Amino acid sequence: MAIDRAQVRHVARLARLALSPEEEERFAAQLGHVLEYIERLQGVDVSGVEPLTFAGDAVGGIPLREDEPRPSLPRDKVLAQAPQQDGKAFVVPRIIE
Amino acid sequence: MAVADFEPVIGLEVHAQLLTRSKIFCGCSTQFGAPPNTQVCPVCLGLPGALPALNSGAVEMAIKAGKAFGCRIAERSIWARKNYFYPDLPKGYQISQYELPICSGGAVPVPGLGRIGLERIHLEEDAGKNIHAEGGSEVDLNRSGVPLIEIVGKPELRSAEEASEYLKALRLSLIYLGINDGNLEEGSFRCDANVSVRRKGESKLGTRVELKNINSFRFVRQAIEYEIARQVELIEGGGKVLQETRLFDNEKGVTRAMRSKEEAHDYRYFPEPDLPPLLVSRELLDSVTVPKLPQEVVEALTAAGVSAADARTIVGDPRLVEVHRRIGGDAKRAALFVVGELARAVNEKEADLGALKFDPALVPAVWKLQDSGAISSTAAKEVLAELIRTGEAPEKIVERKGLAQVSDTAALEVVVDAVIARTPAEVEKYKAGKTNLLGFFVGQAMKELKGKGNPGALNALFKKKLG
Repeated sequence: MAIDRAQVRHVARLARLALSPEEEERFAAQLGHVLEYIERLQGVDVSGVEPLTFAGDAVGGIPLREDEPRPSLPRDKVLAQAPQQDGKAFVVPRIIE
Repeated sequence: MAVADFEPVIGLEVHAQLLTRSKIFCGCSTQFGAPPNTQVCPVCLGLPGALPALNSGAVEMAIKAGKAFGCRIAERSIWARKNYFYPDLPKGYQISQYELPICSGGAVPVPGLGRIGLERIHLEEDAGKNIHAEGGSEVDLNRSGVPLIEIVGKPELRSAEEASEYLKALRLSLIYLGINDGNLEEGSFRCDANVSVRRKGESKLGTRVELKNINSFRFVRQAIEYEIARQVELIEGGGKVLQETRLFDNEKGVTRAMRSKEEAHDYRYFPEPDLPPLLVSRELLDSVTVPKLPQEVVEALTAAGVSAADARTIVGDPRLVEVHRRIGGDAKRAALFVVGELARAVNEKEADLGALKFDPALVPAVWKLQDSGAISSTAAKEVLAELIRTGEAPEKIVERKGLAQVSDTAALEVVVDAVIARTPAEVEKYKAGKTNLLGFFVGQAMKELKGKGNPGALNALFKKKLG
């Protein structure tokens, strides 16, 4: 299945990736190959087979944790890695909505 | 009016924070109001390599909601990633449920509307909070990972008023279930509305618009009413409603399209690879108990003789239901106390329902004093007010305030005889047929008794002596 550059741009935008025109071209071709592969997989008859949503589906489901609060991280450590912070919170470019 | 030719179709999506002590996928506290970013860890910060671990409390609360509303509880439900970018979402995705939610179907009982159907209830994590500040926005991730249930209602509501009634009933039900605090201001109970209109008689649904930012019952009504009128006007003018997300501007009372609409609704859901499916065993399902829902409590109260209006008032606040229960005895009389003396004291800030100073079980003792004639009905009201204020034993209050009523016939007779002896003119008129003078005689005797005479007993005595 072919994929055009407009679709590549849309997906890139959703993933917040900035692509050059050359990259758009290259990824359009590569993603097209991926989709071709998926198309071939879709040719396999899986009627009657339950969808596998998780590789460990057979192990008996998710383990549950008790509802007990545990200590959190110290705030200075939490904020230390942030590119911008004001001692209390992460600071990001102004959000306008 | 053009609006009358159209039928609005409304469905609500409610996000309710679950009252667990820790977050849904990590042990951080969910306590509201902590200093920003002090209740975070690698999991809810979305640090690389951190893995989620599901909180059993959140699962039990979701099951509780599902059982209360008659949903089908899935034996196996799965987790999904909902992908989008926003500064308050550190992982770049929200862990939610998409294809196989924990609860599906069911209905919410709404007074006056019957049962409003539900599509589903699913578990998910909350995002953080943005605080708009000078020169940028601050991000507080304390709320990131707080457990939510999203309750998706069917589009069965037909007016802004119905939407508001549904929301009130749902909120109160969640409070009764003890799984949500119903606080719209703090954002622990949030609502989005899907609104469309169609010409009356039309069976096909119109294009729907999603309304966000409606965080009070008043705003829900205003936003939906505005949106209905906007869509009708648009269609009447030959235009078309666009499928979009609109924000309610509560200062101007209007809805407006979100600017970032190209981002809307392309969440690329896929199964969460870090979490195995949630399996709900028969044992777990049976271990979750469901208390009475508000509607059932209203029915129980009215069956016990409480008026429908009083029952609704009491049920509107679970703390009042608890006080009513603890009073015991005559349900109707207890209800009158709760909506009367107690409500008045709360209004006047003489009582705090969160921290009552008195034992409600003492109220019947006051009734007993009144019924036996030991105190007058006026005095009884005073004793109840004082009981609410101080918590002192009713007998002690009567004694301290000198409210005991003179009912002893011998003691009253002395006074009655004295009044008759010094008012010969009135006695003559009374005997001549001016029987409305009885009130005058009782009043004279009351004055002498400093208001503590038993009015019934005095009435009877005067009638007997003058009759």
